[in-house]
Amino acid sequence: MMAACSTAFTSRAADAMAAPPSAALRTRPGSLASRRGPLPGFGLSLGVALFWLSALVLIPLGALLLRPWELGVSGLWRSLSEPRVLAALRLSFLGALTASAVTLPFGLLLAWVLVRDRFPGRRLLDAMVDLPFALPTAVAGLALTALYAPNGWLGAPLAALGVKVAYTPLGVILAMAFVGLPFIVRTVEPVLRDLPREAEEAAATLGASRPQILWRVVLPALAPALLAGFAMASARAIGEYGSVIFIAGNMPMVSEIAPLVIVTRLEQFDYAGAAAVGLAMLALSFLLLLALNLATRFWRPV
Amino acid sequence: MSVIIRGLSRRFGSAQALQDIELSVRAGEFVALLGPSGSGKTTLLRILAGLDFADGGTVQIGGVPMEGVPARRRGIGFVFQNYALFRHMTVFENVAFGLRVRPRASRPPEAEIAARVRRLLERMGIPELERRLPEQISGGQRQRVALARALAIEPPLLLLDEPFGALDAAVRHGLRRWLRELHNEMSLTSLFVTHDQEEAMALADRVAVLQAGRIAQIDTPEMVLERPANAFVAGFLGQAARLPAMLRDGAVDFAPLPLPPLPREALVSAPDRDGPVQAFIRAHEWRAEPAAPGQANAVLRSARPSGGMLQADIALGELTVEALLPAGPLRAGSPCLLRPLTARLFPA
Repeated sequence: MMAACSTAFTSRAADAMAAPPSAALRTRPGSLASRRGPLPGFGLSLGVALFWLSALVLIPLGALLLRPWELGVSGLWRSLSEPRVLAALRLSFLGALTASAVTLPFGLLLAWVLVRDRFPGRRLLDAMVDLPFALPTAVAGLALTALYAPNGWLGAPLAALGVKVAYTPLGVILAMAFVGLPFIVRTVEPVLRDLPREAEEAAATLGASRPQILWRVVLPALAPALLAGFAMASARAIGEYGSVIFIAGNMPMVSEIAPLVIVTRLEQFDYAGAAAVGLAMLALSFLLLLALNLATRFWRPV
Repeated sequence: MSVIIRGLSRRFGSAQALQDIELSVRAGEFVALLGPSGSGKTTLLRILAGLDFADGGTVQIGGVPMEGVPARRRGIGFVFQNYALFRHMTVFENVAFGLRVRPRASRPPEAEIAARVRRLLERMGIPELERRLPEQISGGQRQRVALARALAIEPPLLLLDEPFGALDAAVRHGLRRWLRELHNEMSLTSLFVTHDQEEAMALADRVAVLQAGRIAQIDTPEMVLERPANAFVAGFLGQAARLPAMLRDGAVDFAPLPLPPLPREALVSAPDRDGPVQAFIRAHEWRAEPAAPGQANAVLRSARPSGGMLQADIALGELTVEALLPAGPLRAGSPCLLRPLTARLFPA
């Protein structure tokens, strides 16, 4: 009762204080400006945010949306339904999803070790996680290629076992996993750090075994973060260019990724065709991220 | 279920958290572990639950040595200070957890789990919260859910770590009586940790007072209050003034404080030998009469009525003494003659 009264009082006081400046702004009832929160400067910050979003994201994306239609609907369809384009799109998207799915458990394990264990060199390991962020992607690509080429340190023994990594879709997935790892580690880590140990101890006193605690208590609490990390890693891998093209070998229909198709078309002055592939990637990425976002919401019950 | 602890010790680095703890709890008893923060009471509770491990000593629960028995096989109910509810599970699923994780052979069928959870929530007085998530209910309700979850596995021994620590006074009061009734009805054996002496006195059959990792005294609430075993217990319980004094020739001399001496016969407890002592005098053990300025030894600073008595702050030289006096003619600012009725003495 007391609390209710005092909240009501504070909000009325806030209304009174906010009234003079906003009266001038308020042109129509129900417009954005009339829906005031307790924090000042909402209108201004919204304006600045929208401006930046437009300048950096919406306008370039708008241009991308418009450009391919120069080809006409049927031209666009023809441009995209080339088998080589379809194969490249399939490799980019399925490769990215596979790479992120494979990285997910390892990223979780790495985050777990960084948060829960104390061992010499932990800080060094912690710093190394971010290296794929910082390294020029071309450098990473060259290093991976040298390592996994049929005569490389790892490529040679693998080749002896009959596993070919470089210049195959497997190589593409490897490079994608490399760039995606920090996204997963860094999204899971803070959530894991905030996870109260007591919940796990409570589960233990209630008779749960270690795997049961992991499955029923820890993983559900981490699920939203894992999904978010998966989404970011996938998004990064879909658009990844530099680190993939060296190891991919870029054989049409086999190991050619969609971004490379775009570059190839640009080099042939087929700007509309390049934009068409870009548009397809944009649409597919949007659908993927939307689906993952909805899944995250499903996992986070409130 | 009885608990027998012998010579239990635990170190954290250079800090001795527990030292030579000896404690026996009979089946059906309600025992409070009372002590200031850092006295080792939570550590003791965690060792009993199997969440922490002793460096030395033994623990027997229900006659079974607990060495090497992991927490999940002990079947002990543990209620955490911050409830530690599973945030992604509804209240129902939280309570059902202990039954669901049982191996298939001993897991009750779904209908029985549901019936048991509902019965417990009913017993806790929160049947309507079943579908809610922990963050959608109040602190007092969370505490009840945590208790229901711990009781769902039908533990013979219940351990509670500061169960009411995070609740406001009114809720705390109600839950306290309710918990005691629950303990009696379900014939539990309970150990609970608290730093609130009033809570310990109100709930427990016996109180164990912990001081820096040792049990300073274990006795009924009346006895720890009336006959504290040492100066620490006397100072920790029941708000007492602590005055330096000298015990000699069958009386206590408070010099240099301007208090009249107390004969040995008037004392509640005193060391056998004469010498310097610390005298503990509780608020209700003072008397003050109006006196002419020349005969007065103290001045009444302030007084306010409190349940038919007068809660007074009295200036005694440099000291301020809190006294609970029978209502009388004294008023703030009056000079008075202050004297103790009795005292508990411990060697200084």
